[in-house]
Amino acid sequence: MTKSILICGVGGQGTVLASRLAASAAMDRGLSVRTAETIGMAQRGGCVVSHVRMGDKIHSPLIPLGGADVVIGFEPAEAARCLAYLKAEGTMVVNAKAVKPVVSALSGAPYEAGPVLDFLKASVKRLVIVDGEGVCARCGSPKVLNIALLAAAVKAGCLDMTAEELRDAIRRRVDARFHEMNLLAVDLA
Amino acid sequence: MPKLFLMGNEAAALGAVHAGVNLAAGYPGTPSTEILESVAKFGGGSVYVEWSVNEKAALEVAAGASYCGARTLVTMKQVGLNVASDPLMSLAYIGVKGGMVIAVADDPGPISSQTEQDTRLFARFAKLPVFDPSSPEEAYEMMLDAFEYSEKYATPVLLRPTTRVCHGCASVWAREGGLAKKPEGFARDPARWVIFPRTAYMNHLKIERRNPEIGEDFSSYRFNRLEKGKGAKKGIACSGISRAYAAEALEGTAAEPAVLSVATPHPFPERLALEFLEGLEEVLVLEELDPVVERELICLCGKRRLDVRVRGKLDGSVQSAGEYSVESVKRALGEFLGLNYDIPKEPDNMPQLPARPPVLCAGCPHRASFYAVKLAAKGKKAVFSGDIGCYTLGNARPLEMVDTCLCMGAGLTIAQGMHRIEPDALNFAFIGDSTFFASGITGVVNAVYNRADIIIIVLDNSTTAMTGHQPHPGTGLKPTGEAGTKISIERVLEAVGVPFVRTVNPLELEEAVSAVREAAEMSGVRAVVFRSPCIALSKPSPAYWITDKCIGCLKCVRELGCPAIAVENGRAAIEKTLCFGCSLCARICPAGAIVREREGK
Repeated sequence: MTKSILICGVGGQGTVLASRLAASAAMDRGLSVRTAETIGMAQRGGCVVSHVRMGDKIHSPLIPLGGADVVIGFEPAEAARCLAYLKAEGTMVVNAKAVKPVVSALSGAPYEAGPVLDFLKASVKRLVIVDGEGVCARCGSPKVLNIALLAAAVKAGCLDMTAEELRDAIRRRVDARFHEMNLLAVDLA
Repeated sequence: MPKLFLMGNEAAALGAVHAGVNLAAGYPGTPSTEILESVAKFGGGSVYVEWSVNEKAALEVAAGASYCGARTLVTMKQVGLNVASDPLMSLAYIGVKGGMVIAVADDPGPISSQTEQDTRLFARFAKLPVFDPSSPEEAYEMMLDAFEYSEKYATPVLLRPTTRVCHGCASVWAREGGLAKKPEGFARDPARWVIFPRTAYMNHLKIERRNPEIGEDFSSYRFNRLEKGKGAKKGIACSGISRAYAAEALEGTAAEPAVLSVATPHPFPERLALEFLEGLEEVLVLEELDPVVERELICLCGKRRLDVRVRGKLDGSVQSAGEYSVESVKRALGEFLGLNYDIPKEPDNMPQLPARPPVLCAGCPHRASFYAVKLAAKGKKAVFSGDIGCYTLGNARPLEMVDTCLCMGAGLTIAQGMHRIEPDALNFAFIGDSTFFASGITGVVNAVYNRADIIIIVLDNSTTAMTGHQPHPGTGLKPTGEAGTKISIERVLEAVGVPFVRTVNPLELEEAVSAVREAAEMSGVRAVVFRSPCIALSKPSPAYWITDKCIGCLKCVRELGCPAIAVENGRAAIEKTLCFGCSLCARICPAGAIVREREGK
C-alpha cells in the first residue's frame, strides 16, 4: 500500500516543515518514505508543492495526477490548482483564507476566496474547509498554520496518523522553543 | 546500520563524511546548497568546510588539498561549473592524489536557474567520470563509490544529482562512517603537478587510453543495471530520476520491456549497453536535459552496426526541454509500448486562478532600493542592468527595475558595454553583496581601468539570501559558525579607485533618493551601497495599518507591490501578519494615512 499526500500553498507558508513532519511520522511507523519539495526561487511568494509518499514500495517522489489520497491546500487557489492530483475518492483539506498575490491587485481581475471555495465544494466529495486563520489567532502566531492544517487532516482521519503521533513528530522535529504553540495548534485544529 | 530520514543533499553530504572527506568547499546555488551545509553539520569539526568566494576558488582550494593527498568535496550548481570550468579542464589532465568529488546539481525545469545545461555533457567535455544518482539513497552510496573511483584512477570525479534528488527526502540506510585519514602531504613532482604543453599532450593520450577502461569497469558497476524484458523486442534506457518515473508508469501494466539504468553516463558502460541492445528492435531513452545516453546508444549502434532504432529527444519522441513528470513519461511510454493511459485533465469549470510569480518579501530592503533608484532616475533616459539573486525579482510589476539579467556579475559589465554604444543614457548596474565578492570585483576593476561611465548600486542585505542565507566575505562568518575575516565592500570600491562611494540605508527613502540623484549628476564610475539586512535575519518592527485618512488612491499598491498590502473594497489594506514594519508605504502615502500599530491606537 502506498499513501500519497500532496501539500500545496504559497512560498513562506511552511509547507516544507509540514511535509517533513508527515514523512518522518510515517517513517517512525516503519514505512519507507519519499518526498519532493519546492526549495528555491518559488519560496519567495510563488506556488509551492510538496509531494509526500509512504508505503513499502514507492518509485517516484512525484505523485502522478489522480494519485493523491490527500491534498492539503494552505490556500484555496493553490488547492484548486492541484485538484487534478486528487484521487476521485480522495480527501482535500483546505484553508479558507486566500493569499492575494500582488499582481492580482494590479491586474484589475481581483482574486477572492469565495468562488474558488464554491468550486471546490462542488467538485470534491470529501472536502474539509479549515479556519486556519482562527487557529493561528488563538495560538498567537501565523506560523502555526502548517501544524493547524496537518492536524485538521489527521483529525479528518485521512493521514493514517493519530494526533499523538503528530505531537511526537513535533516534539522531535521542531525547535523546543516553539513546541507549546504548535502543540496548542494541534489541540485547536 | 541506522535508517535515517534524509534530504538528498544531506545524504550526499553524509556519504562524503563517511568516505572520510578532509576538506569541503563550495559556493551556494540552488539546488546544491545544502550539501556543503550538511557536511559542516555532520562533519562535527573533523572536516575543514568553507564557502569559497566562488566556484573557481572552491575547486582550486580543493585541488591544492587533493595534491596533498586529502579527500576533497567541491559543491556547486550547474551554472557554477561554468565559473569553475577553467581549473576543471586542466585538473582533468593533471589528476589528483587524494580523492576528489565535485558535486554539481542540475536543475531540470529550470526551477531556479538561468539554463538547463547538463553536467553529464560537461563531464564528457572534460573527459571525466560522472555519477548520476536517481534517489537520495543512491546519492549517499554513489558519493562513497565516487571517492573510491577517484582514487583508483587518480582523477576528479563528478556527481550530478538533479533537483528532485537534491530536494527530496527518503529513508536512507547509512553505513558505519570511516574516519578521515591524515593526508600524506605534498610531494614535489613538477612533471606531475605543473601543466605544460608537453605534459598536456602526454596526459591527453593517457586519458584517451584510460576512459575506455573506466567504461569497461563501469559495465560491472553495481548501480548500472540491466533488467531483461519479457517477450517484446523493445527496451527502455534511463538515466537519473527518469528511472523512477518509468517504474511508476509501468506499475500495474502488463508491459515488461528490457530496462537499462545508466548511473555512469560517462565513460559509457558499453559492454552492458551492448548486452541490453542484443535482440532489441527499438529503444526509448528517458533522460532529463540533454540526449546524452541517447547519443551514446546511437553511436554504439553505428560502431557495432546494430539495427536498433533509438528513440528519444532527437526524434521528438520525448520532450526536449523542461522537467519530466510521471505524466510526461506516461505519454512517451504509452506511444512507444502501445499502452493506454488515462491521464486526468483539469476540470473545465475551474474558475480563473490568480497568477503567482515569486516576489520580493514584505519588508525586503531591495524594494526600497529599487524604488529609490526609480524615483531618482524618473524622467531620465536610463537602463537598469540586474544580476543574479533575490533582487532579480525587482523585474516584477510594479517596480520593473531589471532590464537585463545574464549571469553572476554581468550587470556591471553589461552596463559598461551599453554605455559605450548609448552614451546619452544613465547606466545603472545592480549587484548583491555575495555576488559582488563572487564575480563583481573584476567588473569594477574593468570599469575603473577603462574609464567607464556607470552607476553601481550594491544591494547589501548582509547574506546570500536566495539560496537560504549563507554567509560570505562581507559577513565574515563561516559555515561552521567560526569567524572569518570580514571584508568591507566600500573599502574594496575605494581601493580599486571608485571616486564616489556613498552608503545609505534604503529604508531612509529621502536620503536614498538624494544619494542616487547625486551619483546620477556625476560621470565616471560611482557607487551607492544600499545596506539593510535581509528580513529573514532581523526581527520585525511593529506592523503598520491604514487609518480612515486613506483616500483610496492606491499609490502604495501601484508603486511598491508589497505582498502585505492588498486591495479590500477599493481601499488598501495591510495584512498585519505579513507586514514587517519597514515603513516604506507610510513614507510614500500622500495622505499620511499609514501609521504604526501603536501610534494609531
